[in-house]
Amino acid sequence: MKLTLGPLLFHWPADRIADFYARIADAAPVDRVILGETVCSKRAPFNERAFLDAAERLAAAGKEVAFSTLALPTTKRERTMTAALVDSGFLTEVADVTALRHLPADAPFLVGPLVNVYGEGTLRWFGARGARTVCLPPELSIAQAAAMAATGVETELWAFGRAPLALSGRCYHARLAGRSRDSCQYVCEADPDGLAVDTVDGQPFLAVNGVQTLSEGYVNLAGDLDAVRAAGVARLRLSPHGGDMVAVAQAFRDALDGRIDGPEALARIAALDPGRRFANGYALGRRGIDWTHAA
Amino acid sequence: MMDHAAFPPVPGPLAGLIGLAPPPLLAPALDRILRETLRSRPDLVARLGVHATKTFLIDPTDLPLVFLVRPDPARPSIEARRRRRGLPHGWDGRIAGPLSALLGLVHGAVDGDALFFSRDIAMEGDTAAVVALRNAIDDAELDLLSLAAESFGPVAAVGGRLARPFAAGLARATGVALLRSRGPL
Amino acid sequence: MRKLELVCPAGTPAALRAAVDAGAHAVYCGFADETNARNFPGLNFSRAELATGVAYAHARGAKVLVAINTFPIPGREALWREAVADAETAGADAAILADIGVLAYAAENHPRLRRHLSVQAAAANPDAINFYAETFGVRRVVLPRVLTVAEIAAINREIDAETEVFVFGGLCVMAEGRCALSSWATGESPNLSGACSPAAHVVYAEEADALVLKLGGLTLHRSPKDAPQPYPTLCKGCFATEQGGARRESHVFEDPMSLDAATLLPDLAAAGVTALKIEGRQRSRAYVSAVVSSFRKAVDALAAGRPAPPGALAALCEGGDATQGAYRKTWR
Repeated sequence: MKLTLGPLLFHWPADRIADFYARIADAAPVDRVILGETVCSKRAPFNERAFLDAAERLAAAGKEVAFSTLALPTTKRERTMTAALVDSGFLTEVADVTALRHLPADAPFLVGPLVNVYGEGTLRWFGARGARTVCLPPELSIAQAAAMAATGVETELWAFGRAPLALSGRCYHARLAGRSRDSCQYVCEADPDGLAVDTVDGQPFLAVNGVQTLSEGYVNLAGDLDAVRAAGVARLRLSPHGGDMVAVAQAFRDALDGRIDGPEALARIAALDPGRRFANGYALGRRGIDWTHAA
Repeated sequence: MMDHAAFPPVPGPLAGLIGLAPPPLLAPALDRILRETLRSRPDLVARLGVHATKTFLIDPTDLPLVFLVRPDPARPSIEARRRRRGLPHGWDGRIAGPLSALLGLVHGAVDGDALFFSRDIAMEGDTAAVVALRNAIDDAELDLLSLAAESFGPVAAVGGRLARPFAAGLARATGVALLRSRGPL
Repeated sequence: MRKLELVCPAGTPAALRAAVDAGAHAVYCGFADETNARNFPGLNFSRAELATGVAYAHARGAKVLVAINTFPIPGREALWREAVADAETAGADAAILADIGVLAYAAENHPRLRRHLSVQAAAANPDAINFYAETFGVRRVVLPRVLTVAEIAAINREIDAETEVFVFGGLCVMAEGRCALSSWATGESPNLSGACSPAAHVVYAEEADALVLKLGGLTLHRSPKDAPQPYPTLCKGCFATEQGGARRESHVFEDPMSLDAATLLPDLAAAGVTALKIEGRQRSRAYVSAVVSSFRKAVDALAAGRPAPPGALAALCEGGDATQGAYRKTWR
């Protein structure tokens, strides 16, 4: 099984992005890295250069590089960005069907987890259209992923990081700060892993990231890799966060290669970020928030 | 129209009078009406699905009586209980509100969600069962006066038809949905 | 002025008749299973009920659109294919679809059944809409509730399909069909099971001075005595956040209120919209009657060049309050 590092979902300063991908290029045992801004087009001008530099560095280190489209393009400028990305020569990860209008019929592409590919028929359609890999929606279970993988189209599973749960036309970071989206002053930059949203009883629940809503707990399938392997899934997706992603990737790689077992992989990841809450409910066909491991 | 302020409570003396009726005496009449409803409305039972075997507490908050209803066609049961002994146990879902609001729901004169938003009605317990009951009753287009009359045979049915104009007049005068609502409000 | 088509909800056969009697030009409904996004207890249509409903509507000049607008999950695809076939057999005027696999199936196997794109597909720009129109022959698109009137007008200038927009009812603050908040808390969601915040996971508890609403054991709301109550959906919940060191409780995502775009009908017509949609298949026949007759009067007045009669629908709105939603740009 191969590892994919998904696109950065949060708004990080350009130099932090550069440092992050430099380390990934040098040390992370991932096979494919998805770059580019997928959540908010307003962030793109700030991080574009850093992503292009990262692409070069990652490619030189032998990683396969792709760029994600925006997940919810509505404005003319956002559509133009999508079309330009498809024409750029980079491998494209489609985060919204908008990109399909621009993709030449014979061009290979990837499909991200925010495109609704829930059933076998839909997966086959994307395979026939040229999708090389389809990252399944995080809601699907390992059992359902097995049925999807049986189609023969290469599938990827969301294995680490806050689950992307919803997108909106409204920016919650701006709303919470009493600003409109148009005059947000990039308030989301203050929360490099998202802004925690607890219940009024103080139970950790969600995190907002601009127009996106994520889970508060990090999905973590490091303890469920036997089932994932048996399902025939080809790739696991790790989603970038502020912690030590090289070490997270190494734990997954070691567990996949049989150098450590599930409990040890979980223990290593937990030790990187003490107090972090994890979840694997979706993978087991339960409520997403559930966590069935001790650690 | 659907002004939720317009749910007049049952007048105190009338409520007191209803409270005098011994629940065991009400039982045969209630039982006949429930059986007639389930017999004449198979769609209602189909819509309830798995929830037909559940027990619902119908709680008209301005009456001294509450009703335990089990709309299971195989084993229907309905029981009146006096409120002053406290709410009974053994129910899955409870719907509570003024009698006029509950009648409005049964007769399709008001919207359940709107009454819920405005807190005119409350629900408790098995929310799915209560929602199923609400939807099944709304589709069944029930008319309690007709059902009551029909469940007591042809003579009573004629009596029920004769009583309709009076009930309609009373409904207009009080603003209470005593009969099935028809057409746009 | 061209007359706007009024597309009205029906969760039951009684509501379908109420909608047609109140002046609906079209009624939309779904089968009683997870093939549609209102898979609620006691709601929706059997095959026989749909055929009867279609006959009732057609006899009175109204259309019936069947919502098959969820996403087939692995191993269950046949259910969606049967739904498409049965909708055509029942004489439906169109199927409202969201999933690319189902669209491809319908286009190939039931080409004569008109295809509308559900709001669950969240096609929010001309490229996405044209993709669906060109690839699957979609004739009408229900637009997501995240667009301004100006954006809708711009979309209509660039596409070769009709557009339908929501004008009244529950407001999704998230891009429809791309929200899994419900399953994170309950294991069930619109995309997995055809229901958001399903009733079976909702618990109301009376506390000393408040009504507490819990979904999947998570507290969504504490309403003080007699204060208006919201729908038990996560996006309308009240949550705690900390920004700049200050903790506060607020409706982070959306205030509990309904959409009411009645006063925007002339703008929507000028923006090139074909049809107006009323949300609320989970609502009663009383709601359907009241909302449909009110909007039918407004649509007729607009077509005749008369001013719209004042509506009186506030009592039907969630929280007793209404918003024009994203149609006004300040919403974002």
